[in-house]
Amino acid sequence: MLQIDLWKRLLIWTTVAVGLVLALPNLFYPRVEQHNDAVAAIELSGESPELLAQAAGWPSFMPSALVNLGLDLRGGAHLLAEVQVQDVYASRLEALWPEVRDVLRPERDTVGTIRLQPSAPGELRVRISQPEGMQRALELVRGLAQPVVSVTGALSNDLNVVADGADIVVTLSEAEQIATDERTMQQSLEIIRRRIDEVGTREPTIQRQGTDRILIQVPGIGSAAELKEIIGTTAQLTFQPVIGRTDDANTAPGVGNEVLPSLDETGVFYILEQAPVVTGEELVDAQPAFDQNGRPAVNFRFNPTGARKFGDYTAANIGNPFAIVLDNEVISAPVIQSHIPGGSGIITGNFSVEESTQLAVLLRAGALPAGLEFLEERTIGPELGQDSIDAGRIATLVAFAGVLIFMALSYGLFGIFANIALIINIGLIFGLLSLIGATLTLPGIAGIVLTVGMAVDANVLIFERIREELKTAKGPARAIELGYEKALSAILDANITTFITAVILFVMGSGPVRGFAITLGLGILTSVFTAIFVTRLLIVIWFERRRPKTIEV
Amino acid sequence: MRLRLVKENTNFDFFSRWKLWFGISAFLMVLSFGSFILQGLNYGIDFRGGTTIRTESPLPVDVGVYRDAIGALNLGDVTISEVFDPTFGPEQNVAMVRIQAQDGEEAVSSEVIAAVEAALVEVRPDIRFVSVESVGPKVSGELIQTAAIAVVLAIGAVLIYIWLRFEWQFALGAVIALVHDVILTIGIFSELQIKFDLAIIAALLTIVGYSLNDTVVVFDRVRENLIKYKKKDLKEVLNISINETLSRTFMTSATTLVALIALFVLGGDVIRGFVFAMIWGVIVGTYSSIFVASAILLWLGVKRDWTKPTDTTGNQFANVDA
Repeated sequence: MLQIDLWKRLLIWTTVAVGLVLALPNLFYPRVEQHNDAVAAIELSGESPELLAQAAGWPSFMPSALVNLGLDLRGGAHLLAEVQVQDVYASRLEALWPEVRDVLRPERDTVGTIRLQPSAPGELRVRISQPEGMQRALELVRGLAQPVVSVTGALSNDLNVVADGADIVVTLSEAEQIATDERTMQQSLEIIRRRIDEVGTREPTIQRQGTDRILIQVPGIGSAAELKEIIGTTAQLTFQPVIGRTDDANTAPGVGNEVLPSLDETGVFYILEQAPVVTGEELVDAQPAFDQNGRPAVNFRFNPTGARKFGDYTAANIGNPFAIVLDNEVISAPVIQSHIPGGSGIITGNFSVEESTQLAVLLRAGALPAGLEFLEERTIGPELGQDSIDAGRIATLVAFAGVLIFMALSYGLFGIFANIALIINIGLIFGLLSLIGATLTLPGIAGIVLTVGMAVDANVLIFERIREELKTAKGPARAIELGYEKALSAILDANITTFITAVILFVMGSGPVRGFAITLGLGILTSVFTAIFVTRLLIVIWFERRRPKTIEV
Repeated sequence: MRLRLVKENTNFDFFSRWKLWFGISAFLMVLSFGSFILQGLNYGIDFRGGTTIRTESPLPVDVGVYRDAIGALNLGDVTISEVFDPTFGPEQNVAMVRIQAQDGEEAVSSEVIAAVEAALVEVRPDIRFVSVESVGPKVSGELIQTAAIAVVLAIGAVLIYIWLRFEWQFALGAVIALVHDVILTIGIFSELQIKFDLAIIAALLTIVGYSLNDTVVVFDRVRENLIKYKKKDLKEVLNISINETLSRTFMTSATTLVALIALFVLGGDVIRGFVFAMIWGVIVGTYSSIFVASAILLWLGVKRDWTKPTDTTGNQFANVDA
């Protein structure tokens, strides 16, 4: 007969309660948002009475996760950028030329004179005047190659060196290209993230898409053009001579000098010469590494001009500190241990492995490693977003009211049970959306409205079935039980198929479409739950109290 | 007194003219296809590349003035249309300006957008640009490809699922019904030249989901009745099944339509095309689950012996009170 175990009842009510509590913050959207912002600000920069008052606007024991509003609802800018990864190959090979020259020069007797030839992008072409010596020349140039670990784990070299007539042609090997692309993408993402974080907008999305694309979404920014400007500004990385260290920001630095704060030690300032020795534009690469003693360090490499300047400076200043400055903050100020010729060097210090990795990233993050081409850009004004929210809200309410009335008229008391379940259902959708931090978009609202329409389907299936079973006069309890039992397979099949399409939409779609897929998918889950468990529980409770001899559905 | 969309115990014969319904569906599909070939879809920038600028101004939109201002820039095909919507306030005069993708440019050009905006500000100083969207030809090509793959994948996945849960005839019937719905939806978009963009693909996939929902409910009942009425011929079983589920079919379509119509009227113009596609899909999907999916089942025939030795949950003995 109609029975639901106590533990099942508790489980159902608990699920509903948890879902609704999770959804609750969305009813007080502005207040909770202010609370969240204030909490984040306190964590970052300490308390202030104003922030504390804002934070107190929402009790801290309550969940404070909100449904994110998509760009189409909040307004903001969206960019899809393609990173021109090949740019990096060219500069890598350009930087290789001096090395090739230096290694061939001592062997002039065998290879003759060496001349750089105009080369296609992505290759370095060097002509030797005595092709008989090609074998030796190739051997020497190949000696410059470094091993790379490719994705497959196989060890290969980073350079392909072949002879073409009297020319030596150097290209990056496939494994190295993949590795370089990967690094370029990481750097680009890191730099873009730093640039946007500096502006301090709320919840930007910076995501890699595919092999060479980056999706950037920043809510609340005026236009895509503005966003492009922010991303486009290159980080200013400089290497500057250090004059002194101080803990007073107001120290008079003297003519031609400046006082800059340290990046990670608060209250420490450096007095530096204003004119940099070398700038980040001349840095080719930086990688985390280990020094001779096995301590974490960072390897870096300059291009030829940077290398010369840096070599000269270090030769003259052994034992003195020099500062690595990024955007007017001193990242570190190591002491020059020895003359550093050849343009590559190592930065040592009290680094942990993480710190050295981070420093390498920061160093590389100085400037975007490759150009960006913008494939897609969208600006949505905040007014349009607000209009859409308003329209969506009214439409959802009307749709909701329409369905509620319709159900009540059609199924009477049972319709009201279904309506309670429907209201819980909407609460659960918002609870789940908040829980997983999903983004609500305009098509997402449409997804919710569609769910409202379709969520009643499961109940309609059950109620129609109960009606049918009542005709064969088995008594109300039996009819209800059979109604649920027999409708189940249709409900599951129907919802699983729709869920499959929601999953495909989610996987294949992007942006707003994905928002639609999320609400549709979650809506299916919650509507099956509310139809099978919640309405059933409501009906059972009612039935136990009243024990009706006949029912009308 | 209860509201009933369908009176109790209906006994319509849905298949007395099934060839006629088939004919009508086939004709509509050919018509849709013809319209698609001859007229083509009115692709939005998602699929064609280009830029759309949505403008808002307190003064009435004068398309001619806008056109003259932008025409001087020689940007090729520029479409300007005024947007009307009941949700707009009296001071809201909205227009959409669409500019084709510029030749030989892979990426989006900010200069073009800036130039257009400047030209419009010159003729209408109080104009505001509430949204600017720009898609490069490279991405738009990929988007249309992904969209097509998504629709095909969805239909394929459904085919497999129904095949596993039912029989291949059911799967084929359901999928033909789906293809029918998709083609008819594309047809109406092509015929009425409604903007076809990424959101419409989402709508198409939802139609696939909805129509399927409907079809599966009918099929589920057909399967049940095939076991129940072993001696009746297929046509009769199909008719009984559809009649039994008719009340539910109409209830669900009605609630969904009530919700969608609210959204269509009040949801604003940005998603109107999207909602229109869904409304159309609900109507076509409901029709197709009866007159296409089930008719194909009748045409193909199905196996009649559903009793499996292990399967006692579905037959009439399973429900005897113990």
